[in-house]
Amino acid sequence: MSQAPIYDLGVIGGGVVGSTLALLAQRGGLSTALLDRGPLCREASGVNAGTLTLQMTRVALIPHAMRAHAMWASARDWLGHDVGVVVCDGLSLAFTEREAALLEERAGKRRAAGAPITIISRDEALRVEPGISDRTLMAGHCVVDGYANAYLTGQAFRAALVDAGVAVMENRGVSGLDRTDNGFVARTAQGPVSFRRVVLAGGVWIEPMMAWLGVHLPIKVLVNQLSVTERIRPVMRTVVGIASGLLSLKQYPHGTVVIGGGWQGIGDRERGGVELVPERLVGNIRLACHAIPELAGARLARAWAGLEAETADALPAAGPIPGIPDAYVCGSIHSGYTSGPSIARSLADVILGREPDLPLFPIDRLMKAAPP
Amino acid sequence: MIRPADCLVLGAGPAGTEAALAAAEAGLDVVLIDEQADAGGQGWRAPLSGLTMPRKGADAEAGDGLRARLAASGVDRRLGRRVWSVGGAFRLDAVGPDGAEAYEAPRLVAATGAHERVVPFPGWTLPGVIGLAGATVLLKAQAVLPGRRVVVAGAGPLLFAVAAGIIAKGGEVAAIVDMDGRLAWARRLPGLARRLDLLKEGLGWTWSILGARVPFLAGHGVRCAAGRSEVEAVIVGPVDADGAPIAGPERRFACDALAVGHGLVPGGEVPKILRAAHLYDRLRGGFIPELDPYGRTTIENLYACGDGTGIRGARPSAVAGRLAGLAAAHDAGRLDATAFTALAEPTLQALADYRPFADTVAGAMALKPAQVAAITPATVVCRCEDVSRAEIDAAVDAGAGDINQMKHFTRCGMGPCQGRMCGDVAAELVAQRRGVTRETVGYWTQRVPLRPVPFDTMIGSFDYADIPIPPPAPL
Ligand SMILES: Cc1cc2nc3c(=O)[nH]c(=O)nc-3n(C[C@H](O)[C@@H](O)[C@H](O)COP(=O)(O)OP(=O)(O)OC[C@H]3O[C@@H](n4cnc5c(N)ncnc54)[C@H](O)[C@@H]3O)c2cc1C
Ligand SMILES: Cc1cc2nc3c(=O)[nH]c(=O)nc-3n(C[C@H](O)[C@H](O)[C@H](O)COP(=O)(O)OP(=O)(O)OC[C@H]3O[C@@H](n4cnc5c(N)ncnc54)[C@H](O)[C@@H]3O)c2cc1C
Repeated sequence: MSQAPIYDLGVIGGGVVGSTLALLAQRGGLSTALLDRGPLCREASGVNAGTLTLQMTRVALIPHAMRAHAMWASARDWLGHDVGVVVCDGLSLAFTEREAALLEERAGKRRAAGAPITIISRDEALRVEPGISDRTLMAGHCVVDGYANAYLTGQAFRAALVDAGVAVMENRGVSGLDRTDNGFVARTAQGPVSFRRVVLAGGVWIEPMMAWLGVHLPIKVLVNQLSVTERIRPVMRTVVGIASGLLSLKQYPHGTVVIGGGWQGIGDRERGGVELVPERLVGNIRLACHAIPELAGARLARAWAGLEAETADALPAAGPIPGIPDAYVCGSIHSGYTSGPSIARSLADVILGREPDLPLFPIDRLMKAAPP
Repeated sequence: MIRPADCLVLGAGPAGTEAALAAAEAGLDVVLIDEQADAGGQGWRAPLSGLTMPRKGADAEAGDGLRARLAASGVDRRLGRRVWSVGGAFRLDAVGPDGAEAYEAPRLVAATGAHERVVPFPGWTLPGVIGLAGATVLLKAQAVLPGRRVVVAGAGPLLFAVAAGIIAKGGEVAAIVDMDGRLAWARRLPGLARRLDLLKEGLGWTWSILGARVPFLAGHGVRCAAGRSEVEAVIVGPVDADGAPIAGPERRFACDALAVGHGLVPGGEVPKILRAAHLYDRLRGGFIPELDPYGRTTIENLYACGDGTGIRGARPSAVAGRLAGLAAAHDAGRLDATAFTALAEPTLQALADYRPFADTVAGAMALKPAQVAAITPATVVCRCEDVSRAEIDAAVDAGAGDINQMKHFTRCGMGPCQGRMCGDVAAELVAQRRGVTRETVGYWTQRVPLRPVPFDTMIGSFDYADIPIPPPAPL
């Protein structure tokens, strides 16, 4: 009987975070296994709105988001696939005085963190994006914006991972993690997988994964609704949001418009995003049609919901797991499709023994503050 | 405003209408919803108002009978309403002539019917090529001919219904091209003969077809439809008993329309959205909800009936609908055990009596794997998104292991029809390429809307200030 390999690194969870980590670790010289209970990038990382925007990013994440934006824009070079990325301008609109105040405050803080956002007038905004409503009062304008085609993420990473030599184990759900003298053993229905170090990159499932190691890290589950229109003639050319962040809109080159913004549906960690709330879908679409009036002529083709993770302070859980040598966690990143690759890169650097250029978000703070 | 009720029935075809009638007779407040202007569904469709049909078929008579009973009943009919959302336990959201509407009830009967399967061949996306089932809609509801000279091709009883319908309306049928050989029909005769009334209808079609001296090619399939901007000719050739093309003389028929179909696929959108358990049944046309004998799904108080739960045909669907309506009434406490048994027993028996007939109809319409295997690489499979067989094969080779992953890789099934048209064939292609079962490949994740809905009707008129925008995310 041949000895089962012991990998240098095991990454559990193959979303955009785990996939980037596994890719960079393997390329850095570690033999790496990536395990997912389904196909790669079919949870949040495959069903999200694909917006690569700074105007919805948390201030503390702006440096990561800017670096990740550049990574996405050059995906063809390091990933081998463009993931449908389009780089374009972005606008965050204000329709009321209250929203205008919110916009100025939020844009100012993001600008201070390095995001190239400026406040422009209604007329200037209409020149950037002729599709927006003339009821716009003002807009935040950012030239570092864009979007990807999220459903292509898995295909892109899978090819790159296999090519790099990562042991890609899809449809391989992990049910528990045992510590051994020389690392960890993941339990799966198809047999154990051993590795010296481990990263838990399970999106909203980080909480149950941490429990395998006896660590309690509460992760809130957001159920984000999204919808997409049938293909329509061009009605917009930028990424459009609103000051409160409750809208994200863009039209893909093939003509469909994706409408998001984090309106909440019904679901949980066990069942996934099971149900959409019709009133909230209607509310989200009203907002979209208010922002881009031409949209009202479109038809709804499909709507769905996916799960996004959030820690108690809504900042990422990314760093070593306290008290457990060689174990790391990475995820719960707000607007994590945008920033995920950059935060994964910082953690890969740490695991490879390099000093990361941008900081991690160690979880000690969350464990101390863990609610009862 | 939400209209509350005891029981909602979605789909006013033979199944849904019978379900609504049975539940209402037992005393439930029933709302029956359909996007068509009248009840009858696909099989027993009513002609558009103002149209008088040259000759009434058995289907039209059955439909008229059903509509008359419905009109005399206490069922609240909400026709001309397209339901786009289903959720909770249970709520339906619809758009109709008066804009957006919602309905709520503790019980839901899903009776949304089937849709057409066309196994692709080169040229099937040309204008002038229409589905067989779609052709019945033209003929029945609008008394319109698909073309002046029509090739009628494919498999199953609709072949003869459509050919006879065209002849009855004075059209010319260039040829009837039946994938099944004469032997297949001879073997089916005993099953069909169990329902003499229906066999008679079939013989009636045969008679009118014979009278019109239409070339009839048994054991033949369409090789391709040819034409520059629309169909101008159809080339047909022999196929074996499994549907695979075999060597032999090909024939070319000039025409301006091709009506072609290869059976029906159960829709079943509602039980799928609500996550009832499903199983794959090739005879019944695809994935169908797991049901008890009365039509109860694995979700409490969700019932399903009709061709959306497996292909059987209109009459068996009507009987299954009655059972589901009785079960809903019984579960609601409106029919005690004795009354329920008294009503349900003969209905169960009637359904059992239909079984040989239903199985024969379904068998003639089931997917032929060898026909799918023979689809050429360049042939478009998903017409909405223009995805060819070669692209699907490439996605599987690149690691797409199930139908939803294949969709992500290729956009197959992402268009306006949401994969209704291509899903069954696409899944079969993935299964064959991987050498795995259809269960392994699975079915599209079903989502709202059930049918595309226009934003303007969905959102109505509103003030910006009234949009319930949630609080912003933390900065
Ligand atoms: C296009 C087509 C044509 C057919 N023609 C014939 C024929 O000529 N003769 C024959 O014997 N059989 C025909 N059939 C087969 C058909 O399935 C019958 O066996 C029979 O009509 C099945 O009855 P049912 O009640 O299960 O479904 P259906 O009769 O299909 O009734 C389902 C009803 O649900 C409604 N519905 C579905 N979704 C929604 C929604 N989201 N919102 C509102 N309403 C909705 C539809 O409008 C429809 O009226 C046809 C099938 C199809 C798909
Ligand atoms: C609807 C929606 C829209 C969004 N829109 C945007 C946007 O426009 N822009 C943006 O920047 N961000 C957006 N986000 C956020 C973004 O999608 C997520 O932050 C990001 O994809 C998270 O990646 P992840 O790798 O951490 O998690 P995931 O992608 O969820 O990956 C976790 C993986 O772990 C696997 N897993 C779970 N349990 C196990 C187990 N026991 N064994 C093995 N594997 C397991 C899962 O199968 C899954 O593949 C959106 C999120 C949603 C839900």
